[in-house]
Amino acid sequence: MSEADSKAMHETQVIQSSNEALRPKANSTAMLVVLTVVAMLSGFLVVMMVQLTAPAIAENKRLAIEKAVFQVIPGAVERRDFHLDAGGSLIPGEGPDTLYAGYDADGKLLGVAIEGSAQGYADSVRQLWGYGVECQCVTAFTIIKFAETPGLGDKVLTDAGFLANFGALEARLNAAGDALANAIVTVKHGTKKHPWEVDAISGATITSRAVGKGINDSAQHFLPHLVPQLDVLRAPKAASQGE
Amino acid sequence: MSQNKTTAVTMDDFLSGIWRENPVFVMLLGMCPVLAVTNSVINALAMGLATTFVLLGSSAIISLLRHWIPKEVRIATYIVIIATFVTIIDYAIQAISLELYNALGAFIQLIVANCIILGRAEAHASRQPLLKTLTNGLGMGIGFTIALLALGSVRELLGNGSLLGHDIFGAHFEPWVVMILPPGGFFVLGAWLLLFNYIREVKKQKRLAESRAASGTTARALV
Repeated sequence: MSEADSKAMHETQVIQSSNEALRPKANSTAMLVVLTVVAMLSGFLVVMMVQLTAPAIAENKRLAIEKAVFQVIPGAVERRDFHLDAGGSLIPGEGPDTLYAGYDADGKLLGVAIEGSAQGYADSVRQLWGYGVECQCVTAFTIIKFAETPGLGDKVLTDAGFLANFGALEARLNAAGDALANAIVTVKHGTKKHPWEVDAISGATITSRAVGKGINDSAQHFLPHLVPQLDVLRAPKAASQGE
Repeated sequence: MSQNKTTAVTMDDFLSGIWRENPVFVMLLGMCPVLAVTNSVINALAMGLATTFVLLGSSAIISLLRHWIPKEVRIATYIVIIATFVTIIDYAIQAISLELYNALGAFIQLIVANCIILGRAEAHASRQPLLKTLTNGLGMGIGFTIALLALGSVRELLGNGSLLGHDIFGAHFEPWVVMILPPGGFFVLGAWLLLFNYIREVKKQKRLAESRAASGTTARALV
């Protein structure tokens, strides 16, 4: 080995060791420290952001529900939340199976907004629909969340003929009060004969059916409990008016 | 290696992300959000800005910590940092508009896995000082946003007859629904790539012809 070679080798070693000095050789301690610090920093930032945005997000969600409830109960300007407990009685406040009661300016109960969902074409179709107390019918519906094909399935929100189904769609309980007298069904476009049938949109039959089925399923579930207890929904407002 | 390059911030750091190394049209990175959320201008804009924010935030932290992150755990560290900024923007969008949040769906959370951001962290932020990283990140972010807008505007215009929700073509326009469906994303992306590569090719040919002409004259002058 010539002198020049060994000198060059020595130089590379020096460079390597100086590189190592610059970037300390990672041992487990360094890794632990860096990961811990980064994770703590991350946790701090995320918690700060959650705290900062919580009120705005809650307000957004409240507005979104309120808008949907007032949309499906025509004339409603005030809402109160109720839910069914395990025994099937109505309790004020939110919970699983929340119902939104809508009142007019005088505090008169107009209807109840109920959430339903059924499998659509792309994903489940979640909707909110209004039960009119006076007419014992479906007053309107709106979609909370769906992923239906734009231009086809999403016509359920814009098609005037389809929307005309709702407004006086019969949702009367049978004599025993344990189910609907006539189940709400979606029928092929142009074959609607009865007030409890939904006329499907041609080209969006699956989504139309999902809307009908979602309403029917939730009506069968809620209405037998709800209708006998409508006074519970009417009561609290009267009490607060008396104060 | 890039350490050999000058550490001064140049205009090229900023512009490379917009044109020469555009993440979508040149590097073809981050195709998942590019195809999925560009069905309207507002979705494209929101996605572009969210990605830019995450890119800037994570690049800044990674650049500042670059001497301390052991290379054995660098990817894990980068992902934690990126995920933090994604969570921040996720909450910010929920606070701004639930409607927008629902429209963007899972693609906000999926920014964590966007290869533009991890790629920038690995190739740039981990090797460059803060200012240079931020300039480059901003350019990349703007380049990504422009690309998303290029797709989003064409798709909304053809698929819905509107721009930013305003009707453009009037009631007689029959929308090409396919444009807002997934295949439309591929069609429009393909068309843009064709256009960009054509422009690039024309420029290259021109430069080649010029240099040939120039070398021709010098050769003749020498003779």
